[in-house]
Amino acid sequence: MTNPIARPGAVLKTYFVVLLFLALRAVGNSAMAWGMKQVPERVSMNPALYLRAMLNPFVAMGVAALILALLTRIALLSLADLSFVLPVTAIGYVIMAFLGKVLLHETVTGRRWLGTVFIFAGAALVGSTAPDTTPPKEHAQ
Amino acid sequence: MKWVLVAVMVCATVLSDLLQSYEMKRAGEQTVSARGLARVLHMIVQRRLLILSVACNAVSFFAFMALVQTEPVSFAVPVSASSFVLETLLAKFVLHERIGSRRAAGALAVLAGVVLVGG
Repeated sequence: MTNPIARPGAVLKTYFVVLLFLALRAVGNSAMAWGMKQVPERVSMNPALYLRAMLNPFVAMGVAALILALLTRIALLSLADLSFVLPVTAIGYVIMAFLGKVLLHETVTGRRWLGTVFIFAGAALVGSTAPDTTPPKEHAQ
Repeated sequence: MKWVLVAVMVCATVLSDLLQSYEMKRAGEQTVSARGLARVLHMIVQRRLLILSVACNAVSFFAFMALVQTEPVSFAVPVSASSFVLETLLAKFVLHERIGSRRAAGALAVLAGVVLVGG
């Protein structure tokens, strides 16, 4: 069995890439949300408005971080199963709820906290399984 | 109209993730250094299925944006989580990933959590 996940280093690397992806997406979404509040026009179907919105430095930073997040997630899928990546990266919902409370002073209801507990528990459960279970023949040599 | 947008968003998300996972399993382990990410970008340009997956990503993003213009986020977020179940099933049957009871239970707990957070 040459499954890469047999090496402890590969598991650590996978968790590091998960954390990097979550950080990039949180920074990207926050910068984008912050920047879009400063853009006077409402963006709609007009692509010129999107381009003009990108002149805002926070929006530009958000877009750059989200592009890096996309590339990081694609790299992550070379290290771990899709059925592992999906639940584990759902922690992002919790991070955004937390940032919404701290940065934007949003109210977090009891229902939301309960959802947060479910996401944490589910992600921890999935996180305790081997990230890569794909048979070696499915991987390119 | 809203259910058309939901269907477009879910199908585009599922297709995007399946294609990315399929291609990246074949590509072998990648790194996330500056050079590693540049390599991933180069792979996207070279591999047609990856280009298609990124295009599906864009379709899903714009469908979501269109959905939240007319529907509350408390509807859009939980309904977008339905792609979770579909993707986990397809990961098992199409990508041949091993989904044991612990992973299945965890995925269901996350799904419930996303519905609660979004709702």
